[in-house]
Amino acid sequence: MQIKGNFWSTFKKRYSIYLVLLALSIVCSFANENFFTANNLTNISRQLAVTTILAFGETMLIIAGMLDLSAGSVLALSGVFGVSAYKATGSIMIAVLVAILTGVICNIINAGMISTFKAPPFIATLAMLTMARGVALLYTKGQNILKLDKLTILGQGSIGIIPIPIIFLVVVGIFTWYILNHTKLGRSLYAVGGNKEAAVASGINVPKVLYTVFIINGVLVGLAGILFMSRVNAGLPNGAVNYEFTALTAAIIGGTSFSGGIGTAGGTLAGAFIVGFLDNIMNLTGVDSYMQQIVRGAIIALAVIYDIYTKNRKTKAMLGKQDDADKTKVVKAS
Amino acid sequence: MKGDIKLRVSKIEKSFPGVKALDKIDFAVTKGTVHVLCGENGAGKSTLMKIINGIYQPDGGQIFIDEKPVKISNPIQARNLGISMIFQEMNYVPEMTVEENIFLGNLPVNKFGMVDWKKVRRHTEELLKAEGLPYSPTTLLKDLTVSDIQMLEIIKAISYKSDIIIMDEPTSAITLKEVHKLFEKIGQLKARGVSIIYISHKLDEIFQIADDITVFRDGTVVESHPKEELDIETVIALMVGRKLTNTYPKEEIELGEDILKVENFSSQNVYDNINFHVKSGEIVGFAGLMGAGRTEVMRSLFGLDPKSSGVVKIKGKEVNIKNVRQSIENGMVMLSEDRRRYGIIPMRSVKENTTLSYLKKVFYGFFLHSKVENDIVSNMFKRMKVKTPTIETPIASLSGGNQQKVLLAKWMIRNPDILILDEPTRGIDVGAKFEIYKLMTDLAREGKSVIMVSSELPELIGMCDRIYVMAKGNITGEIARKDFSQELIMKYATGNLTISGVK
Repeated sequence: MQIKGNFWSTFKKRYSIYLVLLALSIVCSFANENFFTANNLTNISRQLAVTTILAFGETMLIIAGMLDLSAGSVLALSGVFGVSAYKATGSIMIAVLVAILTGVICNIINAGMISTFKAPPFIATLAMLTMARGVALLYTKGQNILKLDKLTILGQGSIGIIPIPIIFLVVVGIFTWYILNHTKLGRSLYAVGGNKEAAVASGINVPKVLYTVFIINGVLVGLAGILFMSRVNAGLPNGAVNYEFTALTAAIIGGTSFSGGIGTAGGTLAGAFIVGFLDNIMNLTGVDSYMQQIVRGAIIALAVIYDIYTKNRKTKAMLGKQDDADKTKVVKAS
Repeated sequence: MKGDIKLRVSKIEKSFPGVKALDKIDFAVTKGTVHVLCGENGAGKSTLMKIINGIYQPDGGQIFIDEKPVKISNPIQARNLGISMIFQEMNYVPEMTVEENIFLGNLPVNKFGMVDWKKVRRHTEELLKAEGLPYSPTTLLKDLTVSDIQMLEIIKAISYKSDIIIMDEPTSAITLKEVHKLFEKIGQLKARGVSIIYISHKLDEIFQIADDITVFRDGTVVESHPKEELDIETVIALMVGRKLTNTYPKEEIELGEDILKVENFSSQNVYDNINFHVKSGEIVGFAGLMGAGRTEVMRSLFGLDPKSSGVVKIKGKEVNIKNVRQSIENGMVMLSEDRRRYGIIPMRSVKENTTLSYLKKVFYGFFLHSKVENDIVSNMFKRMKVKTPTIETPIASLSGGNQQKVLLAKWMIRNPDILILDEPTRGIDVGAKFEIYKLMTDLAREGKSVIMVSSELPELIGMCDRIYVMAKGNITGEIARKDFSQELIMKYATGNLTISGVK
């Protein structure tokens, strides 16, 4: 019986998010006949691509006990720079590289503030959020850059029947999964987010880990930037406002823990699609857009409460088992 | 009315998912006595105390106070029934003052519903004066030492004027002098008719203060006797369910060359001019009171904290260790004193916690080599007798002793030459302690060098070949095994005796 109980609880813990996604898609299919069509699903994925790429970056950061509030602004800045580079050179390759480079530079500054100057991630990236948007507006004098010609292929084109943004989404997803599960960096991220001081005492090079994960985040943000501008066929210095929150939502719903040390690439992907499906079905069935916001907020609240509830139950069970295991002092500041 | 039963529990049961924590517990405390509970970790002592204090609800059974059945749903009810508890994990707010902490959750109010700070101040001053504690009511808790805070917890519990006080490992963080003060206090409380339930792992201490001793094992009461009918050996046997033939598995091992040599090691205002050496096959102890600077020296040596000057030689070669990685590469590892803070990554698996010290061994080419990792971990766990449901179990759900073994396994996979063990047996049960001692002996036999920092003199005396004693940031004494005695160590540790020119 014991084994069965353990199996079920492990199963629930590991796969519940996918079951929720499955259940949601079944409900959506019944709610509207247009939901489960190749066309609609492709559209959802294409729309989700940009924010989900951001969400993969956020997932790696949150696992390491960090976060990036500047993602939306840096995305706009990267996109605008990338688009300008395209206008100047006509090369898609150079446009992508410039966008990625911009994302990386902004995130090296983020990492510097946090790792080297010990600023809290929330405040450091909040500062970057404001600065990056300012630079984007200053550089474009607040004007949109129009007519991107061939650059639109990134956001609107397809290879065969598969839209290019979806290809990017899949590649970034696999990349994130690979980093988290199959590299030293991934293990180190979990360790640093789980207990930074223990990671240091185990010989993990914490500054290197933090700089690396922010640089990776920068690459993803830059990539998302050029995809976004290319999809809307313009360089929008005012675009992608609040995208970081959409990305954070996907990560949270996908089971990434804000206390650090917990999260998966698959969970975040599922989280992004849960939000995407809900938005889509609400649009299809004509739910008021203000109402949609309320629903989205309620879902975040539910996800977090569920997370804390299961964690508490687990902690209580552990307390019972652990009993008086430790005399180590824990300061509980409330 | 001595001799009357003050508190009695009958057939108390409690289960947690997957664990039966308490199984039909019967247990009684007489008025005006000290009743000691002992047992290995996970035996159920703390769970029972949490039930008596209203933190947990029992699944079955009944609690009686003065032979009247009571129901205790929360700690406030417990306090109203005259029960208070001192936790082994202290709960306090570092940014608050002494007086605010003492009256936390119990602030007196005047008739307008405002906090009566004058009364708070007066009461705090009285309490501090009565206990002879030298700090002011407005000192912030974060400016006090751990032992000061522990003493504060104790007077806080006493201040409720309870007639049942539960003390869960109250001496784990306080100095010897304060232990004496606490025991005096306990004597006074007893004379006033207060009943005390006292949980401790320190057997010598138990026999000093107990009137009755109850031994727990695996969620049941094994036996309950007046102190006079028991001795240390019997209690240990009852706790572990078998007789441990030898508490300290020490072996005579031929010592080799100097492996580690530390010269003129200093750090401003922390420790000064530290000189010591450790030979191959040798177990060297570091004794001293809390705050003597032992942990600080070890942390600097291991690259966690900076030093200001000094030379470190490993196998005759001078090394300049600036971080933990360099230390590990030079074959020197350290088990930290604070397992939760510097040891475990609580939510990650025991496997991940183990290989964290040696990631490049399991991640090479482009992939994680799961099989290699599983083999390394399983083999090491087998060798170290780590008890875990699976290697994927989060480390936080293991007992303290097993967590400690996992952390040791983390270093063992690096096959180090020098192991620094800072309080390796703190807060773990007798069985696990023995296994850690055993491992130390095995390592010494393999020619490794072991440094053991410990506040428990019996284990230093039992396990070490040589002991350095520190006081106020200096090494004040060096004692060879043939000269070991608690008295001599304490003399050096309190600075009543110093030697010059330690080699």
